[in-house]
Amino acid sequence: MLEEVVIRELRAIVGGSFFRNDPETLVTHSYDGTPMQQALPDGVIYPGSTAEVAAIMKVLNQYRIPLISRGSGTNLCGGTVPVQGGVVMVMYRMNRILDVDLDNLTATVQPGIITKEFIAHVESLGLFYPPDPSSMAISTIGGNIAECSGGLRGLKYGTTKDYVIGLEAVLASGEIIRTGGKLMKDVAGYDLTKLLVGSEGTLAVITEATLKLIPPPKYKKTMLAMYTDLYGAARTVSKIIKSQIIPATLEFMDNPTIRVVDDFAKLGLPLDMEAILLIEQDGEMEMVERDIDMIASICRSENAAKVEVAETAEHALKLMTARRSAFTALARLRPTTILEDATVPRSRIADMVLEINRIAAKYQVQICTFGHAGDGNLHPTATTDARDQEEVHRVEAAFEEIFEAAIRLGGTITGEHGVGIVKAPYLEWKVGSAGIDMMRGIKQAFDPHNLLNPGKLFAKETRKRVVIQHG
Amino acid sequence: MAKTELQSNTFQAAPLTSKTEPACSSMANTLKLSLDYDQLTNCMRCGFCLPACPTFRETGVEAESPRGRIALMKAVVDGIMEPNMQFEAQMNHCLGCRACEPACPADVKYGQLIEQAREAVEKHTVSHRWWVKLARKVAFKGVFPYQNRVRMVGGALRFYQQSGLRNFVRNAGLMNLFPAHMRDMEKILPDASDKGVIESIGTRHSADGLRIATVGLFRGCIMDILFTETNINTVRLLTAAGFDVVIPETQNCCGALHAHSGEQSDAKELAKRNIRAFRESGVDWIISNAGGCGALLVDYGHLLHDDPDWREDAAWFASRTIDISKILADQGNLPHTFGSMDEEPMTRITYQESCHLRNVMRSSDAQRKLIRRVEGAEFVELFESDRCCGSAGIYNLTQPEMAGSILDHKMEHVKKTEAHVLLTSNPGCLLQMKHGIEKHGMSDRMQAMHVVDFLYSRLNRDKINVVK
Repeated sequence: MLEEVVIRELRAIVGGSFFRNDPETLVTHSYDGTPMQQALPDGVIYPGSTAEVAAIMKVLNQYRIPLISRGSGTNLCGGTVPVQGGVVMVMYRMNRILDVDLDNLTATVQPGIITKEFIAHVESLGLFYPPDPSSMAISTIGGNIAECSGGLRGLKYGTTKDYVIGLEAVLASGEIIRTGGKLMKDVAGYDLTKLLVGSEGTLAVITEATLKLIPPPKYKKTMLAMYTDLYGAARTVSKIIKSQIIPATLEFMDNPTIRVVDDFAKLGLPLDMEAILLIEQDGEMEMVERDIDMIASICRSENAAKVEVAETAEHALKLMTARRSAFTALARLRPTTILEDATVPRSRIADMVLEINRIAAKYQVQICTFGHAGDGNLHPTATTDARDQEEVHRVEAAFEEIFEAAIRLGGTITGEHGVGIVKAPYLEWKVGSAGIDMMRGIKQAFDPHNLLNPGKLFAKETRKRVVIQHG
Repeated sequence: MAKTELQSNTFQAAPLTSKTEPACSSMANTLKLSLDYDQLTNCMRCGFCLPACPTFRETGVEAESPRGRIALMKAVVDGIMEPNMQFEAQMNHCLGCRACEPACPADVKYGQLIEQAREAVEKHTVSHRWWVKLARKVAFKGVFPYQNRVRMVGGALRFYQQSGLRNFVRNAGLMNLFPAHMRDMEKILPDASDKGVIESIGTRHSADGLRIATVGLFRGCIMDILFTETNINTVRLLTAAGFDVVIPETQNCCGALHAHSGEQSDAKELAKRNIRAFRESGVDWIISNAGGCGALLVDYGHLLHDDPDWREDAAWFASRTIDISKILADQGNLPHTFGSMDEEPMTRITYQESCHLRNVMRSSDAQRKLIRRVEGAEFVELFESDRCCGSAGIYNLTQPEMAGSILDHKMEHVKKTEAHVLLTSNPGCLLQMKHGIEKHGMSDRMQAMHVVDFLYSRLNRDKINVVK
């Protein structure tokens, strides 16, 4: 519960209608895209400017009230669930594109702009912003930055962090800092820009971002390779990378995913295949044609049962639709869909998929796997029912073992969704206790009273590593 | 709501299913009984519905989105929140356009949830103004269920419009007694008729040439008194395309206004009468020319799924209901091109979709296919033609502010098409578009028409260049 005095001060900053604490507003800001996570905030505020954010932060700092900043709440790690109450700050009013600099190839935006609208705008100017999270139709750039979103083009073009070159942010104290700028090179001190990207709202509230833009690829080509043997698909991935070809997209679907996707989208996919790779290359026409030819021959040399190169844009679209409908199809199987993102080095994709299948069988849960094979980022997705507590426990146990397996294979507990509350118990597995201490020290320096998105990243207790029973 | 019962730190690993029983209001109890908990659980809060939702777009407020509204419903069922005036308002703010349904990965039946919620709200409402309550009672219980009374209203309206009474009322400033949005609607109402399609042309019409199938025309209620000509043109287009047309006399209002406003039992009664009327008339297809009605007609199967006496016939009815454009485009034996009636210069046409036609009947290509077949006309896509125009049944009368703001955005896009003709497939949308054209001062260069009327006006019978 917020004291009246706090509410009065907050209302004085943003105006009466932009602070709310009615039950409807609280309930509708108690969740994000993460299944089975919910907690009510004490108030919701909609700032209109950096100055307002700073003033709000000063008030909250004075009264030691937690702040959770958020965009559209599409994240899958519980990153914007207000687990300790406090004030949720919705950035949607700060949604302007401030500047597209055609001389420097940069764009400066406010955090609340919807990613897809931003992308459409830069594309209308003949430029390209590669990060393409699947949620881009509704997620905001600010949210993408906070979570360091990835997407289907991460392999060749990198993720959000590779395009953020400058930030304006409000600290827990209410002070405003600026990092980086329209510069391609800047080594003046620690790189706070990179530190803030992916910091999940725990270090500062991002109020403005300068993003790098690049020229769009001139030409692209899409192909599909199908395998009766999982290892064949995995070896293909490794061999493509080893041959120093970096496709724009290199996506993977396992057999259970192929089955549900085809059942849903009626695409006529081969149901007897163990795995499908969806590959897209873009760039100069000559290079694309050469790469696609080489990739096709690598696929064949690794015993692909069928290699299909899209001859028309419609055909290419159909192939991409197959991959993109994976989430939709899986979501329709059972009431609750838990989409995770264990990531391994690219050479270990097959081992990871086998591990996932073994673990799913062990715990008798349904886990389908698809994902960005090219960057080792897999999405093992459990379909379950939140009301079946016993099954949910089995799913949780299975995921714990999957994260363990990812670490053991040299990977990580999350490739693009972030830690939030969901992965917090496992963070230490990846970064070690000294790593956690270092991260806590950074948090302390930015936010000494632990007001910014508390309860995220750092768990009260780290889970014990599971002992894997071999044989 | 008892604020003290809200715990601010209710974080739990499991969903909020704590069924703490506060002093439950009767609305909360009704919601607990009526809302489909499976559907509430199916919503995984991914947020994919948000960009599709017009009210979320207008406000940017989570509570004004499908995800938000489902969260509110679930919070009430879970006992976390008491439904209050704001809850009611939020349920009523939804346009019911169902654009969120095709966008939903989990296939949540949002349309059914909002109808269940509204039924509970309707039962226990505290917020309706007296005139809304009265108007609803008169319209839903007293007029729509009876076709003869609908026609009497048509007759009264016609008398009002043509006897000089309208001019008197307008000149005397009596319309000023009504809210602005109602004055606006009065201005654009087309000339009503006390004669519907049957009174005008009879119940049976034979196909021109070889008969493809026998179809039954669903004439609608508003459609039949305000757009009698459209119904007549629908019959003429159908016969020209090779269909025998029957218009069963015992059919009545589809019940959409009732179902969408939370009057489920009335909707079911109306549905049963329609099913019987068309079942007995021996038709192969039931033709709808109003997206809003059609969406409920194809939903009869669901509406009556737990009624063993009606389940089978309702499923038959639902599966045989088809939009006029779709049957013309897919099966009709029409000329390959519709000619231009006169020597006018190139006509530019654009098309505003009916939400229910698109999102529930899932038909949006057929209309475009037919329009593109019109000679001497250029088809321009309307930006976001798939977005609701704000009409939404009687929404523009009950929620004038939101409807007005949605309409203004719509008309900005319409203006950019520089079209001469703006086509629609639903009477509510057509009225709203006429209203928009008037409101934005575009009536000198643009007119709104039903697809059927436009196509019929361009049906050049001399030039038979048949596709099939």
